[in-house]
Amino acid sequence: MMTIPPVVRPAKPFDLELVKVTKRFGSFVANDQISLKVPAGTFHALLGENGAGKSTLVKCIMGFHQAEEGDILVHGHSREINSPYDAYQFGIGMVYQHFTLVPAMTVAENLVLSRPDTPGIINWKDEMARLREFMQTAPFKMDLDTPASELAAGQKQKVEILKQLYLDSKFLILDEPTSVLTPSEADEVLGLIRDKVKAGDLSVLLITHKFREVFGFCDEITVLRRGQFAGHGLVKDLTADDMAAMMMGGQRETKIVPKAVRERGPAGLEIKGLCANKDNGVPALTNLNLTVHEGEVVGIAGVSGNGQRELVEVLAGQRPATGGELVVHGASYHGTRAETAEHGFFLLPEEPLRNACVPQMSVAENIAFRSFDRPPMTRAGCLVSRAAIRSFAQDLITRFSVKTRSPETPIGDLSGGNVQRAVLARELGPGTARVLIAANPCFGLDFAAVESIHGQITEARNRGVAVLLVSEDLDELLALADRLLVISHGEFVYETTPAQADIKTIGHHMAGH
Amino acid sequence: MTSESIGWWGVVLGILAGAVRGGTPFLLVSLGECLTEKSGKINLGLEGTLLMGAMSAYAVSYKTGSPWAGVAAAGATGALMGALHALLVSRPKVNDIAAGIAMLIFGTGCAFFLSKPYIQPSAPQLPAVALGGWSQVAQVQAALRISPLFFLGVAVAFALQWFFRATRWGMHVRAVGDSPAAARAMGISVGRTRFLAIMAGSALGGIGGAHLTLFYPGAWTEAISSGQGLMAVALVIFARWNPVQCLWASLLFGGAQAVGPSLQAVGISTGYYLWNASPYILTLLVMVLTCSRKRTLVGAPGALGSPS
Ligand SMILES: Nc1ncnc2c1ncn2[C@@H]1O[C@H](COP(=O)(O)OP(=O)(O)OP(=O)(O)O)[C@@H](O)[C@H]1O
Ligand SMILES: [Mg+2]
Repeated sequence: MMTIPPVVRPAKPFDLELVKVTKRFGSFVANDQISLKVPAGTFHALLGENGAGKSTLVKCIMGFHQAEEGDILVHGHSREINSPYDAYQFGIGMVYQHFTLVPAMTVAENLVLSRPDTPGIINWKDEMARLREFMQTAPFKMDLDTPASELAAGQKQKVEILKQLYLDSKFLILDEPTSVLTPSEADEVLGLIRDKVKAGDLSVLLITHKFREVFGFCDEITVLRRGQFAGHGLVKDLTADDMAAMMMGGQRETKIVPKAVRERGPAGLEIKGLCANKDNGVPALTNLNLTVHEGEVVGIAGVSGNGQRELVEVLAGQRPATGGELVVHGASYHGTRAETAEHGFFLLPEEPLRNACVPQMSVAENIAFRSFDRPPMTRAGCLVSRAAIRSFAQDLITRFSVKTRSPETPIGDLSGGNVQRAVLARELGPGTARVLIAANPCFGLDFAAVESIHGQITEARNRGVAVLLVSEDLDELLALADRLLVISHGEFVYETTPAQADIKTIGHHMAGH
Repeated sequence: MTSESIGWWGVVLGILAGAVRGGTPFLLVSLGECLTEKSGKINLGLEGTLLMGAMSAYAVSYKTGSPWAGVAAAGATGALMGALHALLVSRPKVNDIAAGIAMLIFGTGCAFFLSKPYIQPSAPQLPAVALGGWSQVAQVQAALRISPLFFLGVAVAFALQWFFRATRWGMHVRAVGDSPAAARAMGISVGRTRFLAIMAGSALGGIGGAHLTLFYPGAWTEAISSGQGLMAVALVIFARWNPVQCLWASLLFGGAQAVGPSLQAVGISTGYYLWNASPYILTLLVMVLTCSRKRTLVGAPGALGSPS
């Protein structure tokens, strides 16, 4: 009989293998007998459509979920991992798809807190000295005293990655770590991680929807489809089409909606001298002026944290403006429910689970938020009909292929990408939109979904909707926008059109020079 | 100097003494509530816990002859009440506010029921710490006879401040209260942390009750608490969930309570009842003034009142 060695935190990467892992939620099988092997010191990609079960599988490795069947072999030994603390003991760490920073704590506090072996009494002087020393060697710089709540999405993601490096994990799981980073930031982050893998310091399991990253950084892939194993191979033997075929199960045709040539319509949305503050009262936007005409897509490019979040929040009515005015279709706009309905003012915010959903309410209810209080979903003026909400939602769920077990499932249980689709279905589905604000609409979506959303936005534009697209993905902006503005430190600093755009010049303005 | 000659100074002195004397239960209960809320749960039942603590402290002090045993009993009773509340709110779909109100009524009822044999006899009291030896004036000496539990409260306030900032457990409590999902991802047990925080908070609430029966007013009556347990909730908001600010806020509330009696002592009884209402008016004012549509409260635990 082989004895199982006691657990010591490893100093080197190790082989990790999953054998026939099955995970169910009630009667729903999220992972069905999945096997996967990541040899020590390799960069492995886990691919699959939205809702394929990728996050669920890696959460089983982390002990966040417990697999019902199957084995997890760490360095050749079958191990029970019952909590993220156990995973830490094995040297396994993960950057989750949704942020796991404590908002009220500073970056330093978050880093120290994440270490399970933090002493009972924390000597902050020593800890800060240690953190500063770590920051010297860290791939990106962060101010240690900023509260996490004041960080933009991209910065939060960097702190999450720093956290794992600080913990000195030897097996790093990254669940769509780059969805909130700009392509150059993503390359920088993954490049640094890749260097560590090459140096024999780390193994990585990366979940991503971007083929560019697979080809740029990964050695091997495993593909899931609807909770089942759908393929495996070395990156150097495969093409993007092969991978897509494994993910979707068979061939598919791409359909790109062409931008119709059309006259610029009257002004749809006008932003006049808009000012707003950040949470801490510091100005985030200063005197923004912008007109979006009907039938055009205006793109806003910028490095995250330059006022985009605040701009979208003001437009959504989530944040008060400290100055200026919004004008929609010639009338002053204040974001009341009557006005949004009258002007067809629709919005896809970033982090939709937080900004556009009530997680505990059902998918159907969330989809009906815009219109549940009007006929045909109400009768006799005030009685809400559940049946009507259900059938309304069911129709949109099918049309936007939201993968949910039933319309009654709480929306918080959906996979990241499917939450996005559900919100999209609500905002674009009824076709009554006349002004559309979209903030990073394709974060975390698989390539088929990205294509379909880009199609929807272009179609909306062709129909005459005024679209404001705020995005950190320059490729997306260049593909969709008619005009492009660069925002830096809360001001528009540059305007161009995709036809004349020069990536270098744009990058220069984004960096704030 | 005779006692009459201090005149209006008597009012000031009365209010200051009242701030310390009447502020002590506020202080202990609000620190308990602060700890509870930092973990993301609300305990409205602390008023019931306070009464249970007051009752058991008095009873045990009477039976054993040791007031300190009474204080210990109050803490233990509080912890038990807390455990019950924590157990209730850890169930899915149990709302903390509703459970808290139930615990409030339960605790009050239990205390009244169990206290019947202890209404008459007088129990040994906690020894006062006399800081007024330097003065010849009787009022000054009386005002500076301070409850040992006040010093306990002050120590706990600073200790709690330090606990939240510089201990692993304290950071766990904050993490759980601000973002349970993040805490879970770090392997912190949300349920256990909240359970312990609620229990410890409740124990402090119970000890606050011991001050009422074993120091001031110093006997058991059913009207012994005048809502300190509930006002402490407002006080915690006023103090921005900061333990040391809980101390200042408690003194303010305690002082407000003493305005009416102090004025009466110098013969001014107009508006006596109005002055007695000042702590409640202060509570309302605090609530109105600290609410703002524009900014979220700094220091408020992000997941306060969310299901675990
Ligand atoms: N806690 C849960 N309870 C019930 N069902 C769940 C839960 N978590 C996930 N699911 C379901 O399991 C399936 C797989 O979800 P998972 O999050 O693993 O997908 P994913 O591959 O990570 O997708 P994405 O790319 O969109 O993030 C989904 O259909 C989802 O609705
Ligand atoms: Mg996922």
